[in-house]
Amino acid sequence: MSITVTDLRKNYGQLEAIRGISFAVKRGEIVGFLGPNGAGKTTTMKIITCFMPPTSGEVKVEEMDTVEHSLEVRRKIGYLPEMNPLYLDMPVLEYLEYSASLHRLAGQAAQQRIAHMVEVCGLATVRRRDIGELSKGFRQRVGLAQAMLHDPDVLILDEPTSGLDPNQIVEIRSLIRELGTAKTVILSTHILSEVQATCDRVLIINEGVIVADGTPDELQHRFQGDERLTVELRVPPPITFDGVMVRLRDLPDFQGATLQSHAGGVLTFDLQTGHGTDLRESVFRLAVAENWVLLGMSRQTTSLEEVFHKLTT
Amino acid sequence: MNLQNVLPVFRREIRSYFNSPVAYVVMIVFLAIIGWFFSSNLFLQNMATMRVVFELVPLVFLFFIPAVTMRLLAEEKKSGTLELLTTKPVADVEIILGKFLAGWALVAATLVPTLVFLITLMILGSPDVGPVLAGYAGLLLMGGVYVAIGLLSSSLTENQIVAFIVGFLIIFVLYMLDKVLIYIPSAFASTFEFLAIDTHFSNIARGVIDSRDVIYFASLLGFSLMLATVSLERRKW
Repeated sequence: MSITVTDLRKNYGQLEAIRGISFAVKRGEIVGFLGPNGAGKTTTMKIITCFMPPTSGEVKVEEMDTVEHSLEVRRKIGYLPEMNPLYLDMPVLEYLEYSASLHRLAGQAAQQRIAHMVEVCGLATVRRRDIGELSKGFRQRVGLAQAMLHDPDVLILDEPTSGLDPNQIVEIRSLIRELGTAKTVILSTHILSEVQATCDRVLIINEGVIVADGTPDELQHRFQGDERLTVELRVPPPITFDGVMVRLRDLPDFQGATLQSHAGGVLTFDLQTGHGTDLRESVFRLAVAENWVLLGMSRQTTSLEEVFHKLTT
Repeated sequence: MNLQNVLPVFRREIRSYFNSPVAYVVMIVFLAIIGWFFSSNLFLQNMATMRVVFELVPLVFLFFIPAVTMRLLAEEKKSGTLELLTTKPVADVEIILGKFLAGWALVAATLVPTLVFLITLMILGSPDVGPVLAGYAGLLLMGGVYVAIGLLSSSLTENQIVAFIVGFLIIFVLYMLDKVLIYIPSAFASTFEFLAIDTHFSNIARGVIDSRDVIYFASLLGFSLMLATVSLERRKW
């Protein structure tokens, strides 16, 4: 089920929460919304799920407009809102039955789906307990079970892993991955590793506009700046950093070096090189030729964190 | 609108009333208050009548109905479950209707035990059953209007206390309109009297079910539910 968002805008009074967002999601894709708090991720999701209409622009879920065909669209969508609101006074099974009946699932069909979701989401041990008694991890699973109960084609998950411990995060991610193969999934997060772990594609949203769109690798590549090589050298006493610099200048594509520390004859410095150059081998050969002792060397490329930081500040 | 969508909302609210102490506490307190006033004068008066019940219940409803309806929407707004509910394939008017019917059903359920008084009277004497049944019909209609107003005020806020106070105030005004007739210019008196809920209730409680009174209740009820639906749709503005 494809989703097409065209020039979406939403104003809350004077505040422009989103200012012209357009993108398309293909069937079977897992797309991650990434952005700082207040960037417009949740607002965009609330519009896609028909909670509220946009100020202007439109969202189409498989050619159906979210405003005109609201009920039909809602039938196709499973939604896990931010903060995962649940009826705390209801037992898990009863809550799932309630959700099923809102989707007009009844009788045998409903029981089968519920049993399936209880199994997939690992709720068997807590199914008769009140939701209010459950830990955050279990509540999140109840939220996911509720969202996927009616086997929707589209899953919208607003920060599905917030507040979970690291083990639970891994579990929920693999659950999303597993289920995401057959469905169109949009999830939001501000945890970057989450996007790398689960999403086929990333949309970075900042101040109500999309600032980047691509696979995690693509983004890393596209926004990759110059590379940095951190080198640790032991040089014989008379030689100083300046002496080393003289020889380094001869290296191909050398753009500069900054000294980090100089203690006990050990020099630590950063080498700046052009995009896509790998100086490690040349540095090694130079060290051998000069009889310097190479203690360490590491190459740093731009991480998704840095891309994110660059785009959203 | 589809009854299939109203039913799950209705069922959940009913369960929530009866799975918690709310329904039972309310029913017991209600029965105790009405029972006290019913029985204390019964033998002094020596008349097989339920007049005192029909005088007292509207007053008790004034406090009791806003108290049981205040959470219907305010609580869901506050906890965020309303967002979940309104993104399910259920129309706003179906949500309002399901919740209204649940509140109304609770009101009806609290009236059922008071039939004990009627049975008592039937054992002790021979009451005129017709006006009593009409009185119950009137109480149900009035309770329906109160529930609709309570639901409306619950839809306006996410604070249950505010919902209670607003609901109480609206109902209080409707209730008091015909009690202040001596203080207002005579030109408005008939209007006030017509708008007052007690005028129409006492007409029915006398045993005369007039279409004018029924229409009054039905339109007030419908109007409140309509406003509640509009208020729920406010998120879309």
